[in-house]
Amino acid sequence: MSSLQSLDIAKRSATTTPSPQARHGAEIAKLIDVSSCIGCKACQVACMQWNDLRDDVGENAGSYDNPRDLTPQSWTVMRYSEVEVVENKLEWLIRKDGCMHCEDPGCLKSCPAPGAIVQYTNGIVDFISEHCIGCGNCVTGCPFDVPRISKVDSKAYKCSLCSDRVGVGLEPACVKACPTGAIRFGAKEDMLDFGAERVADLKERGYEQAGVYDPPGVGGTHVVYVLQHADKPELYHGLPADPKISPLVSLWKGVAKPLAVAAMIGAVFAGFFHYMKVGPIETKDEAES
Amino acid sequence: MKLLQRYQDGDRMRHWLVALLFFMAAFSGLAFFHPALYFFTALFGGGAWARILHPFFGLAMALIFAGLFFKLRHENRMTDADRAWRARAGQLLRGDKGAMPPVGKYNAGQKMVFWLLSSCLLLLFITGFMFWQPWFANAFPILLRRIGVLVHAASAVGLILGVIVHVYAAIWVKGTLRAMTRGTVTEAWARQNHALWYQDMTRLRK
Repeated sequence: MSSLQSLDIAKRSATTTPSPQARHGAEIAKLIDVSSCIGCKACQVACMQWNDLRDDVGENAGSYDNPRDLTPQSWTVMRYSEVEVVENKLEWLIRKDGCMHCEDPGCLKSCPAPGAIVQYTNGIVDFISEHCIGCGNCVTGCPFDVPRISKVDSKAYKCSLCSDRVGVGLEPACVKACPTGAIRFGAKEDMLDFGAERVADLKERGYEQAGVYDPPGVGGTHVVYVLQHADKPELYHGLPADPKISPLVSLWKGVAKPLAVAAMIGAVFAGFFHYMKVGPIETKDEAES
Repeated sequence: MKLLQRYQDGDRMRHWLVALLFFMAAFSGLAFFHPALYFFTALFGGGAWARILHPFFGLAMALIFAGLFFKLRHENRMTDADRAWRARAGQLLRGDKGAMPPVGKYNAGQKMVFWLLSSCLLLLFITGFMFWQPWFANAFPILLRRIGVLVHAASAVGLILGVIVHVYAAIWVKGTLRAMTRGTVTEAWARQNHALWYQDMTRLRK
């Protein structure tokens, strides 16, 4: 997407100075209540329609997942998992997959192109595609394996949380389309309150381990789930139990960067002053030979 | 001025090709390493072009270097004499060259730089494929790519530090540079800095 809210940027990729953030939007969140989802894929259709995306027609892979995976043209995909948490009690868990809009986004941390990934003060993490250089570092940095690089234009794509709609006071397209109210949108605080109500309700109905998925390892997310089995998020097509930015990525994009740059500049300075202090090694008797 | 042949023309040209490719790969790579260095992308036509070109520079550098490596590795094997030389390297750095034991074609410092550059280039070569978009990256699981980028960055820093030492040594020890610009060095230079090599080179003459 493109940046329509240039005055409320909390973080900007590969940028060492503060970003324009004179405006402070309220922190928002999308709540996806997996327990109310009927798997109709209206959200997928709405996403395609609003964002004007048309994926290639795929093949049936023996499940309802269609397309099989996120792609540069499919920013959200319903993931269908058939599980038996209690023996002989089949459950069909349907999770709307897509960008989680981490408060501490691994993609943004990994991105080397200034301003190709931004996080608005409302929490939305957005790819500013015209600045994308196609290196794929965002894929490396994402704890949820969400960004996809297009084979057509070598740019990274993912859910923008309809930043263009949110910027003008509308809810994301998927929220608007959801017929059961399983997807909601609003202030993050309100979403967590609503999620807590849903969790209480689910617990009453026998889902002892129901809970809200707002993983603290990435500072919380701006897409939160209500899960029937919050103690086992992996049941939901491998949703990570404790996602965080990989320590490898943190090392690479954290302390290593300034130290290595200092070492390289330091080596040049050391050489310069060594030459000035000790002087060169000259060939003494060159004239006579 | 009596001269000794130190490098053949082919090796010199290969060296300079590696050197030019090193600068291209280093500047395009550093651009992605730290935001303060992103302006280097301008040398290559912008961020996307720097990203596209960087792996080709690197691959070409590694492959051409490989030729030099296989030619020079025997001459760069570390010996006990080298370890003795290395133990006294501090004195040389303080300017006391008289204290150094005589060395052959390469001294221990040069050999260490040779092995540092070779191993860094090998690591860069291997890890470079692990996140090369769009050709190879998708063949590697994301964990491997994370290890790959970290090792790639670390060995690039090792390579750059090695090259800084390499270039500085050539500036520091006068008369060295012509070994690469002309292929020859003066006999006096060889006698002073590589006495055993000087003996080898002149013994045949007698």
